[in-house]
Amino acid sequence: MSKPDYLLFDRNTKAIFWNLNRNAIQRMLDYDYVVGREPSIVAIVAPTQSRKFEKFFYGINEIMIPIYRSTTDAAKDFPEADVLINFASFRTAYDVTVEALDIPTIRTIAITAEGIPERFARLMRIKARELGKWIIGPATVGGIAPGAFRIANTGGTIENIINSKLHRPGSVGLVTRSGGLFNELSNVIARNANGIAEGIAIGGDRYPGSDFLDHMLRFEKNPQVKMMVMLGEVGGELEYRVAEAIKDGKITKPVIAWCIGTISKYFGGEVQFGHAGAKAGAERETADAKNAALAEAGAYVPKSFNDLPELINGVYEELHSRGEIPDIKEPEVPPVPEDYDKARKAGKVRRPTNFICTISDDRGEEATYCGVPISEVVEKGYSIADVIGLLWFKKKFPQWASNFIDMVIKVVADHGPAVSGAHNTKVTARAGKDLMSSIVTGILTIGPRFGGAIDGAAKYFKMAKEKGMDPVEFVDYMKKVEKIPIPGIGHRIKSVKNPDKRVELLKNYAKENFPKTELLDYALEVEKVTTSKKENLILNVDGTIGVLLVDMFRELGYSDSEIDELINAGAFNAFFVLGRTIGFIGHYLDEKRLDMPLYRHPFDDILYDVKRPEGA
Amino acid sequence: MAQRGIREYDGKRILAQNWEEYFNGEFEYDFKSILITPETDLDKIPEQYPWVKETPLVAKPDMLFGKRGKLGLIFFKKEKPGDVTWEDVKEWIKQKMAEEVEINGVKGHLTHFLVEPFVPHKPEDEYYVAITTGEDEDIIYMSAFGGIDIEENWDKVVEVKVPITASDEEIKKLIEENVPAEIKDKEKFADFVYRLYKLFRDLHFSYLEINPLVIVGNKIYPLDFVGRVDDTAQFVAGRKWGDLEFPAGFGRDLTPEEKYIKEMDEKSGASLKLTILNPEGRIWTLVAGGGASVVYADTVADLGYVEELSNYGEYSGNPSRTETREYVKTVFDLMTRGKHPKGHKVLIIGGAIANFTDVAKTFEGIIDAMKEYADKLREIGVKIYVRRGGPNYEIGLKKIKEAAEELGLPIEVYGPETHMTEIVRKAIKEIEEKEKAA
Repeated sequence: MSKPDYLLFDRNTKAIFWNLNRNAIQRMLDYDYVVGREPSIVAIVAPTQSRKFEKFFYGINEIMIPIYRSTTDAAKDFPEADVLINFASFRTAYDVTVEALDIPTIRTIAITAEGIPERFARLMRIKARELGKWIIGPATVGGIAPGAFRIANTGGTIENIINSKLHRPGSVGLVTRSGGLFNELSNVIARNANGIAEGIAIGGDRYPGSDFLDHMLRFEKNPQVKMMVMLGEVGGELEYRVAEAIKDGKITKPVIAWCIGTISKYFGGEVQFGHAGAKAGAERETADAKNAALAEAGAYVPKSFNDLPELINGVYEELHSRGEIPDIKEPEVPPVPEDYDKARKAGKVRRPTNFICTISDDRGEEATYCGVPISEVVEKGYSIADVIGLLWFKKKFPQWASNFIDMVIKVVADHGPAVSGAHNTKVTARAGKDLMSSIVTGILTIGPRFGGAIDGAAKYFKMAKEKGMDPVEFVDYMKKVEKIPIPGIGHRIKSVKNPDKRVELLKNYAKENFPKTELLDYALEVEKVTTSKKENLILNVDGTIGVLLVDMFRELGYSDSEIDELINAGAFNAFFVLGRTIGFIGHYLDEKRLDMPLYRHPFDDILYDVKRPEGA
Repeated sequence: MAQRGIREYDGKRILAQNWEEYFNGEFEYDFKSILITPETDLDKIPEQYPWVKETPLVAKPDMLFGKRGKLGLIFFKKEKPGDVTWEDVKEWIKQKMAEEVEINGVKGHLTHFLVEPFVPHKPEDEYYVAITTGEDEDIIYMSAFGGIDIEENWDKVVEVKVPITASDEEIKKLIEENVPAEIKDKEKFADFVYRLYKLFRDLHFSYLEINPLVIVGNKIYPLDFVGRVDDTAQFVAGRKWGDLEFPAGFGRDLTPEEKYIKEMDEKSGASLKLTILNPEGRIWTLVAGGGASVVYADTVADLGYVEELSNYGEYSGNPSRTETREYVKTVFDLMTRGKHPKGHKVLIIGGAIANFTDVAKTFEGIIDAMKEYADKLREIGVKIYVRRGGPNYEIGLKKIKEAAEELGLPIEVYGPETHMTEIVRKAIKEIEEKEKAA
């Protein structure tokens, strides 16, 4: 804070950055690295961010910059920061500025937003003036103090910064209106003089927080500045203040000035040239009138923009030859490590990936399901089963398969509140838990004993048929070798005489619509054997679904081993999980509606058989 | 864009819609105004506004230009003031819409009209009030001598500077102390101006003028209203503005090409501007960036060739490849409609050193258009000059050079080592040489 008044920025300047704009912040830190100073941004203000800090690069290393909810809080922790880079939108930039003006430790505020209402712009600059503070902008890229501090994006890419010698101080003070030509002028000055000492773009608005003259008076006091360049514009009267100051001897250093928009005299009010602020209301506000006044006051004014470089060079050479401008020893510039993303795009680096995805893609204009844009899925009337086809199996199911999947999901969606999954869901919901916890308890119940028969039926029937076991042989094998009941066979109440209507529907559908139903036919032969032993040992709904899924995949072109892979991966079970989740959600919502109290199992439903261990 | 003129109709509508809040109980305003546009079905008006059949009317264009009385464009009498009926107004508007008129040296068509009841009043009831914005203060102008001759009577206008940080009490006091002596009911007038000023402030007006302002008892008749608002305040005052459009001022009708680019600009997040200055000119420009585009136009004029400058325009804000291509094609289409009798035309593809715009990418759209128009460009004889800097400019310049050469189009390309407008000088030299040779 020991810097002289005429300097807004030096190599120790610390700034608070309002808005988590990663690009702009990184660019400032890259600049800091290149000019060999420590990171200039000490805190970020982002009221809607929940994070406490953000990581950035400083050279090849990463640093953490804390994030605050308000500028006041950030300033409390970092009283050494006297600059606020206000990157808020036009809606909030005014409020942010007003808050910052009230913070004693903040002296300079740079405002980027375009479109701040003029009344707000006028109010905030009055306040800044009363407090003796500086506002740069609004509607500007900001400015730069070469070798010391860069405001946000000023100067463009690092390559351009070095080409235009914005990484080390020169001897020219530069003021422009908008940022668009700031780079161009920095480049001209680097080529025709020795670069700029400090440059400010005051912004294109009608009421800039600080104007040409304010900064040029600082430049006048700054011994590093030996000459000044001002790029004015048609419209407004700010340039006259500079002319007056030159006349009055308040500015004694050479000033090279040019106001753009000389063209407007030829087309009057008919054509709007440049931005809206650049409209001459009166003869006095034309570029020609201002150029003439500046020349009369003693500024160097070229005949046209095209002659500007020559004029700058002339003034520079004269000062240089008189020894007023010393030679500059060019500093070493460390290269900024290239960003991985950029280098990859340019084909300069490569890296093996950690993940692969073959089913969906969210990188383009619109996310796709296996290459099909979601909008097309909707427009073409894809069913849920078709979406399952795309995302689970990377297939466009034929209509017969789609309809079958649709039936399967409908059939397995629920089986009443008593089955263990639904029961768990209800008990958990009654314990006051949320949707996810409740349905997850239901889903976690799904396994070999609950809902697992689809997988099991598919697996064993398929194996038996492949091995060429006849039905009797298979029934025997299950009993003697596997020592388990055949999965998919048997029902609590349904029997041959009282068939399960769901099974009938599935069978009939498959018979009518599947190209072939080989495994179903085999299973039905097995059923004949089992029902001959006991009436209710029918092929149940799980068994039917299991064998029909095998038939379906076979007709979709899957080989036997591919189908085994699907079963082992749980793909068959997945149909049950998906379908039954519909039911679990139903039970959960039902409980929420009913608002039943916490469930406690009755004592008389539990056999208590608790014995004290020996020796205890 | 900031300060934008609004229609008289909208100004009065905004007054009426916010009357309750700002003038509650103290003043009355019977808002009766109809905006007629080319889309209006004139035959349906009497149904919607039965009063048009019951009262004499006034009609005038509502297109942001002033001095309508002096231009003879206020229709309030056939033989004597107040004898204009709805049928008369209908005929008058139809006739005015059909004919081309010249306003302040600009020719064009009248499209929007305001129709209101004729308010008979005495000239001594015509007051004047205007509010404008200064640097650190707003300025209120008040006079007891309003009306068409306000400028001749400017010495009788009182000017009050109100600091923009002034409190309500301070504002009130400043106005009360400065009400012109000639105003009959000074207290009432001051109260009205105070309330109007509050509305001016809250609704982010940057200019407001009511002239003449007729006050009869508590009744306010703003016979003419001129307003500008700060359009950037939409997010603050938009609700109070209501459905407000910002029309372009009266001017030359847009050419189809200008219209096409304007429509594209409105739909795009990027900025695309095109104005045809002289379709017969030899110097055509395709310039990136608002500031740079002004500098290029300046330089053509400063070097003495303004009459050859065909177009003014710019593209910026990262337009897509398609947008750039369409923009460039529009310019190519215009410039290849005919050979120039004095020889070659030149095309200036210019721009400053871009901050972050990928130059190589933006040039792709230009190259696309060049390919489509190569035959025509060769046929009429066009030399291309390119100057640009910024990210990937080397690749961009190389690509455009190769493309042009492949297509048989003469081209010179320059980067940031060459001064931005140097290509203007080179292009003009080319024109001069070709002219000599021809």
